[in-house]
Amino acid sequence: MRVAGKGLLDYSKPVTFSFDGVNYTGLEGDTLASALLANEVRLVGRSFKYHRPRGILTAGSEEPNALVTVGQGGRQEPNVRATMQELYEGLSARSQNRGLSLQFDPMAITDLAAPFLGAGFYYKTFMWPRAFWEKLYEPIIRRAAGLGALSGEDNADVYDKAYAFCDLLVIGSGPAGLMAALVAGRAGADVILAEEDSRMGGRLLAETQEFDGKPGHVWADEVLTELRSMDNVRLMTRTAVTGAYDGGTFGALERVRHHLGSRPAGAPIETFWRIASKRAVLAAGALERPVAFRNNDRPGIMTAGAVRTYLNRWGVAPGQRVAVFGNTNDIHRTARDLLDAGVHVAGVIDSRHDGPTSEDYPVYRGAQVSNSAGRKALESITIRSASGEQNLHADCLAMSGGWNPTVHLTCHMNGRPTWKREIESFVPTPGAIPGMEAAGACNGTFSTAACLREGAEVVTRALADLGHTAPKVTQPRAEDDAYEIAPLWAVPGKGRAWLDFQNDVTVKDVKQAAVENFRSVEHMKRYTTQGMATDQGKNSNVAALAILADATGRGIPETGTTTFRPPYSPVPIAALGAGGTGKSFAAERFTTSHAANVERGAPLIEAGLWYRPSYFTKAGETTWRESCDREVGYVRNAVGVADVSTLGKIDVQGKDAGQFLDFVYTNMFSSLKVGRTRYGLMLREDGFVMDDGTTARLGENHYVMTTTTAGAGDVMKHLEFVNQALRRDLDVQFTSVTEQWAQFAVAGPKSREVLDALLDQPLTDEDWPFMACGPVKVLGVDARLFRISFSGEHAYEVAVPARYGDSLFRLLAKKAEALGGGVYGMEALNVLRIEKGFITHSEIHGRTTAYDIGMGRMVSAKKDCIGKTMTQRPGLEEPGREVLVGLKPVDTNGQVLAGAHLYKQGDEPVRTNDQGYLTSVCHSPTLGHMLALGFMADGRERHGEIVKMVDGLRGVETLCEVVDPVFFDQQGERVRG
Amino acid sequence: MDKLSALSPCSGLLPLTIGAAKVVEVEPGHLTSVAPYNRQHDKLSKAMKAVCGVAYPQANGLTRDGDTQAIWFGHAQAILVGPAADAGLAKHAALTDQSDAWAVVTLSGDAAEDVLARLVPVDVRLAHFAVGQAVRTQLMHLSVSLARVDEGTFQIMAFRSMAHTLVHDLKTAMEAVAARG
Repeated sequence: MRVAGKGLLDYSKPVTFSFDGVNYTGLEGDTLASALLANEVRLVGRSFKYHRPRGILTAGSEEPNALVTVGQGGRQEPNVRATMQELYEGLSARSQNRGLSLQFDPMAITDLAAPFLGAGFYYKTFMWPRAFWEKLYEPIIRRAAGLGALSGEDNADVYDKAYAFCDLLVIGSGPAGLMAALVAGRAGADVILAEEDSRMGGRLLAETQEFDGKPGHVWADEVLTELRSMDNVRLMTRTAVTGAYDGGTFGALERVRHHLGSRPAGAPIETFWRIASKRAVLAAGALERPVAFRNNDRPGIMTAGAVRTYLNRWGVAPGQRVAVFGNTNDIHRTARDLLDAGVHVAGVIDSRHDGPTSEDYPVYRGAQVSNSAGRKALESITIRSASGEQNLHADCLAMSGGWNPTVHLTCHMNGRPTWKREIESFVPTPGAIPGMEAAGACNGTFSTAACLREGAEVVTRALADLGHTAPKVTQPRAEDDAYEIAPLWAVPGKGRAWLDFQNDVTVKDVKQAAVENFRSVEHMKRYTTQGMATDQGKNSNVAALAILADATGRGIPETGTTTFRPPYSPVPIAALGAGGTGKSFAAERFTTSHAANVERGAPLIEAGLWYRPSYFTKAGETTWRESCDREVGYVRNAVGVADVSTLGKIDVQGKDAGQFLDFVYTNMFSSLKVGRTRYGLMLREDGFVMDDGTTARLGENHYVMTTTTAGAGDVMKHLEFVNQALRRDLDVQFTSVTEQWAQFAVAGPKSREVLDALLDQPLTDEDWPFMACGPVKVLGVDARLFRISFSGEHAYEVAVPARYGDSLFRLLAKKAEALGGGVYGMEALNVLRIEKGFITHSEIHGRTTAYDIGMGRMVSAKKDCIGKTMTQRPGLEEPGREVLVGLKPVDTNGQVLAGAHLYKQGDEPVRTNDQGYLTSVCHSPTLGHMLALGFMADGRERHGEIVKMVDGLRGVETLCEVVDPVFFDQQGERVRG
Repeated sequence: MDKLSALSPCSGLLPLTIGAAKVVEVEPGHLTSVAPYNRQHDKLSKAMKAVCGVAYPQANGLTRDGDTQAIWFGHAQAILVGPAADAGLAKHAALTDQSDAWAVVTLSGDAAEDVLARLVPVDVRLAHFAVGQAVRTQLMHLSVSLARVDEGTFQIMAFRSMAHTLVHDLKTAMEAVAARG
């Protein structure tokens, strides 16, 4: 019910919304919760386990009960807290975890079975038969209990993430936070003020107290106006700081569009911020504790602070006859506010014997609320005092068990809070987060005047650290009342008294945990599920551990708290992973021939981040094998063209370049002649093969190294490490030129013919023998040419500046096609290299040595190199090691499979009989059968032996002959031809 | 007659204007990596100043003379932008032609800082990243060089092969910023 004249919103701006299909009208500035209460909707959800009717408990982020679902399909958002959901025109919200309707929920029958369903019930009951748990019991239990659900469709909303920086982060905009921001702003510091709420001001928006004779919210607005005018202050509303991390980094979730009905394309709904800050002031306020008494979960029973918030901020009286129950002087503030607004105060129940009295309403001192009645909404409460029990008619109960400082962020780096007896609560332990200090209610400082003072003091210290002088800021006169709390956790008695509303955990459950010896607070939490789900125990943690402490005969500080972990309030995975979907998942690297490959319809295969063509289908070809075989034929019989630009290319320059290469490669490069290329093998420090490739000497002090596509980054890093950390004496520099040059393999008997048509000077045998390299001009453009081959054919690689790559690829393709050849893809490239026994990272997979791959003699005896010493370790060069072999099926139609293992013919295919494994396989169109490379124990001595290949996964067994890994042109005549 | 024709790294992708941010491709002329040899830093810097008009830049900085820039590019590496590097510099440094290796774009407009805040983990506000400052950093997944060339303009250099992703990432962030209004 709206109270005329109350609230900080505009009565002239009505907003239409619906809840469970029924239309209502609220006001601009309302939350869904305040608008529902204004419309006297009090039942908003069903509880997690017992499906009990639940209403709105709080007015903030900590709300455990009023969870609703907003949106449809891919935009469906479950577990939205009605207290945080701002109203907008057309908002449509639905209740959750209920049966047919919110009003009639057949699952509420579980409430009757409650005596059997206490903590630990499931674990004890559904033990047998064992197999039933996963298949039967668990699914049923999960269906019965729960929160909201996703739609199962892809999330249609956009999220983003962003970075922000400041000298001082102020978290929370209540009196302490505003004061801190004001002082820091005037000092000229670079400030971010973050507030989870849609409007800044904190409790100043919820209370009626005055500042220098004017309402608190007016003072807040004046401060905010000044802050807004400062260039050095950034105000971030709807931004919950959710985690504190190393080095002054904070995570924060900004709700960007949840308060707006429209979702324009590309507009993010939430932004996850990473805020880097040199100093931080935590002014996050405090959360009010409910009191545990029998049936304290009925709709209409709320925290007292929430009742004041609804009344003062949103002009809503949550009931017409309100009772107030609590253990601090706050209860009278609640009663006074209600009376001033014309709401009937049925009575104030003060658990203390010595609290103040009043002439305006009945005060029950030394009394407690012991029970409540009413089916789907509160109708009456039972008051118990020394004189016995009496019923009091009330449709709303404002309860307060005191306040818990919001210490969460101070515990995110494994700190624990400190118990402060005077306020019966935990406060932050100073220094728990380096650079952050707490001020105000979150530090256990509860009077407004003290909050203002502490906000100014804390920020003055932070400013001094930052090298600023705090200006003198006059503090307004404000309330400075005493808090005067007496402990009140649970009202003794029969029945269920709720502690954790969200997980349906009662006082009895916590006591039961203690009885069953789950005495550690962490064990109690897991046994009862107290403190889990979206509210993470914000409403119940301290009370639950107070009861555990009592049940186990310990004090509260000895019992301790559970671990506070980020996030402070729920953060969707979609926001954390913002920018990680679709094309934003990973970078794409395209070669200069990419457009031409796509035009030719080539399926693309990812190699690292690169996209390379697998094969190029021609009309009439129905399988990839046909295309691949044809492309292999181009290279073996005419000429093929392939883009090899993805291989790493590193320019190595300097007077010690040769000596440096000698140190990183197993073989010699200082002796390589200018204008010649050599194959090189590189080891890791541990002696295993790291990478391979050709390196060309372009000048006296200038080499260009080629790496594998996958190894390019690692090799560059390795070279820098070796130079910077191990061989600083060598004067050498490295620059990646992978991106600079578009490089194409032109391979096959007619390769020279293709190149001669494009080079300014034709090639000659004398100048361009196998492994020659040097500068050339391609149609007038300066280029590099290498006579190297990965196919075993007479072949070249030609490199031009990348801007000409697209153009040259198309020309080469055209020339090759005119000579009966054409372009080839990765499949054909692979077949060509397997036929020649050339290795790739399939063979140098990190567990093979130079000896294993048949290149033991490439580790030069004349010099040291990285990894050399470690290759001499026992076991790395001795009989029995699995070494590189070729394998071909005995039956030419036989199938060989990569990953299959090898066994002696008569042996059972079990681990202990294993002889080796296959690393690369292909069908060779040149030889007419399948081929494989693999590793086999003593393989080099076993050429000619027949072994059994067994693929246990795919159920294939093939007899193979062990052969030399070079299947084709063993003398290497074609490459020199 | 056969002829090689040139394509710029971002051809067909730019320019792009969304909201108050604009991205255009820059034709930077020559790009030359300049990596000083041992103990040659000072001599190199003097020689550069003499022949190119720009000294070797400080870490996280750039030097500029008209259209010629020398941008700090990481440990013992700068990139000379504009004219071809004088061969005489090769005495002091490894010179490597990078003219075709980098996609070079500028991002400008009132929303430029907000766009970068979504992509780059660097404080790019003017007070903290002044004109003439340059960093090697990440832009989403890309390794880039970012420099402030004037108050309202950032120059971004990314691998040529990743130009598509660079434009995609910039566009996504520009849309997100524009949609916030």
